[in-house]
Amino acid sequence: MQKKDIGLAVLVLLVGAVVAIINPRFLSPINLSNTANLIGLFGLFSIAEAFVIVTAGIELSVGSVIALIGVLFVDMIVVQDIPWPIAAVLVLLIGSVFGVIHGLLITKLKLQPFVVTLCGLLIYRGIARVYTEDGTAGFSFGDSFPTLEWLTSGRTGGVPHSFIAFVIVAIIAWFVLHRTVFGRHLFAVGKNEEAAKFTGINSTRVIILAYVICAVLTSLSAIYFAMYTRSIHPGSHGNFYELYAIAAAVLGGFSLRGGEGSIIGVVLGVILLQELENLVNLLGIPSSFKFAVMGSVILLGVIADTQVSRYRDARRNARALASVSGDDGEAISKG
Amino acid sequence: MTLQEHDRIALELRQITKVYPGVVALDSVSLSIKGGEVVGLIGENGAGKSTLMKVLGGVIAPNGGEIVIDGETLEGLSSQQALDKGIAFVHQELNPFTNLDVAANVLLGRELRRGPFKFIDQSAMNAVVAPILERLGAHFGPRDSVADLSLAEQQLLEIARALSMNARLVIFDEPTSSLTLSETHRLLDVIKDLRAEGVAVLFISHRLSEIEEIADRVVVLRDGKNAGELGVSDINKDVMIRMMVGRNVEQFFAKIDHSEGDCVLEVRDLATQTFPDARANLQLKAGEILGLAGLVGAGRSEMAHAIFGIEPVKHGEVFLHGEKLSELTVSTAIANGLCLVPENRKEHGLFLDFAIYENISLPNLGTLSKRGVVYRKAEQELASKSRSELAIKTATLANPVAELSGGNQQKVVLAKWLAMNPRVVILDEPTRGIDVGAKSEVYHLMQALAAKGVGILMISSDMEEIIGVSDRVAVMHKGNVTGTVSGDEITEENILRLAVG
Ligand SMILES: Nc1ncnc2c1ncn2[C@@H]1O[C@H](COP(=O)(O)OP(=O)(O)OP(=O)(O)O)[C@@H](O)[C@H]1O
Ligand SMILES: [Mg+2]
Repeated sequence: MQKKDIGLAVLVLLVGAVVAIINPRFLSPINLSNTANLIGLFGLFSIAEAFVIVTAGIELSVGSVIALIGVLFVDMIVVQDIPWPIAAVLVLLIGSVFGVIHGLLITKLKLQPFVVTLCGLLIYRGIARVYTEDGTAGFSFGDSFPTLEWLTSGRTGGVPHSFIAFVIVAIIAWFVLHRTVFGRHLFAVGKNEEAAKFTGINSTRVIILAYVICAVLTSLSAIYFAMYTRSIHPGSHGNFYELYAIAAAVLGGFSLRGGEGSIIGVVLGVILLQELENLVNLLGIPSSFKFAVMGSVILLGVIADTQVSRYRDARRNARALASVSGDDGEAISKG
Repeated sequence: MTLQEHDRIALELRQITKVYPGVVALDSVSLSIKGGEVVGLIGENGAGKSTLMKVLGGVIAPNGGEIVIDGETLEGLSSQQALDKGIAFVHQELNPFTNLDVAANVLLGRELRRGPFKFIDQSAMNAVVAPILERLGAHFGPRDSVADLSLAEQQLLEIARALSMNARLVIFDEPTSSLTLSETHRLLDVIKDLRAEGVAVLFISHRLSEIEEIADRVVVLRDGKNAGELGVSDINKDVMIRMMVGRNVEQFFAKIDHSEGDCVLEVRDLATQTFPDARANLQLKAGEILGLAGLVGAGRSEMAHAIFGIEPVKHGEVFLHGEKLSELTVSTAIANGLCLVPENRKEHGLFLDFAIYENISLPNLGTLSKRGVVYRKAEQELASKSRSELAIKTATLANPVAELSGGNQQKVVLAKWLAMNPRVVILDEPTRGIDVGAKSEVYHLMQALAAKGVGILMISSDMEEIIGVSDRVAVMHKGNVTGTVSGDEITEENILRLAVG
C-alpha cells in the first residue's frame, strides 16, 4: 500500500465517522448494505476507467455504454428470449468491440482519446435512444430470471452480490496492474510512450488492450445496473457516470497525465464518493445542490493530497538538514 | 563588445548548503569568480556541481549560505534576479520547446517586436539569431523546427540561447557532453572570446582535457563539499582525477586484443529518412568494439535507431548473425539479441518518475517473470547487482530516477540494457555525462562484454574515447560510412578527414 493510499484510507474512516455521528442511521445494517451495493455498482466502472487513465488516456463514453449495453441486454433477454448467459457473453463482446474501435482510432489514426470517447458518448446514447424509440427498456410483470437476479442483485447475509463482484474484480485488477508484466507496460506507456518504444513495448497493443478492458468492465457493470434499476430510460440512465469514474480515479491518486495510480486508491475513492452521497442524503441537502457539495469535497481532497506530500518532503528535508554537522545547522536556521 | 571594468561581475558563493529529501547535495560549499575568468568546476557524479549551479542560476533556493554579487549580499536568487544580474545558464538537462522554431527558442521571453500592435518581428529575430548559430558552427538555421534537432544540436541551441543574453556570467553545465571534436573546439574558442570580453565563465565537464585547455582555475567538489582548488599552473589531469576521486585511476583505456569472430551485425546499403540517397555499409564482428565517429548531424544515431527498428528505413537491409531481419522492429531486434542504449536518456532511456529498480527491470521483465507475473525478488536482486556493478550512487533503489544526478541516471540507462545479456549492443554515447571513475568502469565492462564475444557498436563524440577504446573505427558523413580505420591508422587526423567527407 502506498503512502497516498494510507492517507486516503484515513480520510475514508474520518468521513465515515463524521457521517455516523451526524446520523447514526448510517451504520444501520440496511443502510450499510445499500451503500455496499452502490459501491459495487459504481466501483466496477471506476476500475474500468482507471485502466485507461493510467495510459494517459480518458474514456468519456462510460455512461453511454452503460445505457446502450443495458438496453441491449434487457432487450435480448426479455424481448428476443435469448438465454441470459448467452446474452451476457454477447453484450460483453459488443463492449469489447467498442473498446477495440476506440483503441484503434487512438493508436492508428492518432486521434486524441478525449475526442474519440466524447464522440462515443454522443453516438452510443443516440443509438440507445433510437433503439428504444426513446421509450423505456425494462422487465414487465412476470419476467423472472432467478439465477441472474441472484447473481446480480441478490444478497447473502446482507452482503450484496454486486459488492462481491466488485471485490473480486478489484483483486484481479490489482494483480494485473501491480503484479504483472502487462501492468508495468501500462504504467510505462502512460508515463513515457517514446521511452516505452525504445524498451520494445508494443504501445499500440497495450493501449488498445486498456480500452478493451475498460469497455468490457463497463459492460459488466451495465448488466449489474440494468438488473438493479430494472427499467432503463436511455435518455438519463448512466448520465455523468464517466465523470464519477474519473473523480474516483483522481481521488485515488491517478494522474490524468498517466503512469500513476493504484487500484487500492480507486477503491478508496469510490468508497469516499459513496460516503459523501450518503452524507448529502442523510443531511437532507437538496439533491439539486448535491453535485456542488461533492465537487467541493473532491477539490479539497486533491488539494489536501498535494499539500500533504509537500509537507512530507519538507519533513524529510529537515531530517537531512539535521544530519549536517552542527555549525551548519545554525547557519541554516538563520536563513 | 567588451565589458568595462566596473561592469564586470564579482561573485562569491559562501557556505552554500542544500538538502533534498534524504540527501545532502551541498554542505557549506564556497566558490568565487570574477569577470574575465574561466573557472572549471569538476567532481564525480552526484558531487553537487549542477546543484550549486542551480543555486546560482536561481533555479533552486539554498537552505543556507549566502551569495555576494557586486558587493551585495543575498540569501538566495530568483531566476528573474539571476537574469537581471546578467547570469546565463546552459543546463545539463535540455528542455527546448519542440513546438517552436529555433529563433523563438533562443529568444524565448525576449522576443523582438515591432509596430503599434507589438507583433513579433520574425526577420529581426532571425537577424539576431543567425550570427550566433554561425559562431557556434551549427548546421541549422533560425527557422528550423526544434523537434527535428538531434540532441547535440539541441545542446548548441541551448548555448546559443545563453550567448544571446549578452550575460556577464555564463554557466555551462556539461555543454560538450554530446558535441563532437569540431563543435567542441568551436565552443572553447567562443569561451576564450567571452573571457577576453570580460565575461565570467563557469564550466562543468567530465572531459578533463577541455578543462585543461580552458580553465584559469579549477574548483573541485567531492560528496557535496569543497575538495580543493587548482591554479592555472597546477591544472593537469592526474591531479584533477586524484582530487575528484580521492585516489589514482590508473590505466584509463585498456585495449585488449580480442580474437575476432564471425560477423554478428551487418548493415547493407542503408538509407534513413534524413539521407534517403545514402548507402551505408557496416560490419561488426563478435568480440569487437567498433567505434562510430562523425560530426554532429552525420546520421549516426539515426542509423542506430533504424537498425533497432525505431525509425523507418528508406532503403537497405540488416543482418544479425548472418540472417537477414525480416522486419525492423524493436521486438525482433531484442528477440535476436540486439539492444540499443539510447543517447537521450530523459526522453528515450528513462521513466523519470519511476523507481530506479523499475527502470532497470522494465526491458528485462521477460526473464524476471513467470507466466506474465513479475517475480519481484528477482527484480530487486537484478537492480542491486547493477547498482554495485556500476556504482550507482543512491540512498535506495526505490527512489525515482529523477532524483539522481545526471551521470547516475546514465548509469541506470546502461544497467537497464546490459542486464539483458545482449549479443550485439549499440551504445549511443555510453559515457555521456559520467565521471572518470565511472567511465573506466564502463570501458572495463565493454572489454569484458567483448571478451565474451559480444559485438559492440559504440557511437561516441568523444575523440579520446573513440581512439582509446575502439578496435576499429567507422566514420560517417551525411548518412554514408565514408571509411573504416583500424590499428595504427586510428588517429584524430584520419578520423576527421573521413568525417568531413
Ligand atoms: N531533485 C532532486 N531531488 C532529490 N535529490 C536530488 C535532486 N537533484 C539532485 N539530487 C541529489 O543531489 C546530489 C547532487 O546532484 P547534482 O546533480 O548536483 O550532481 P552533479 O555533480 O551535477 O553530478 P553529474 O556529474 O552526474 O551531473 C545527488 O546525490 C543527487 O542524487
Ligand atoms: Mg550535473
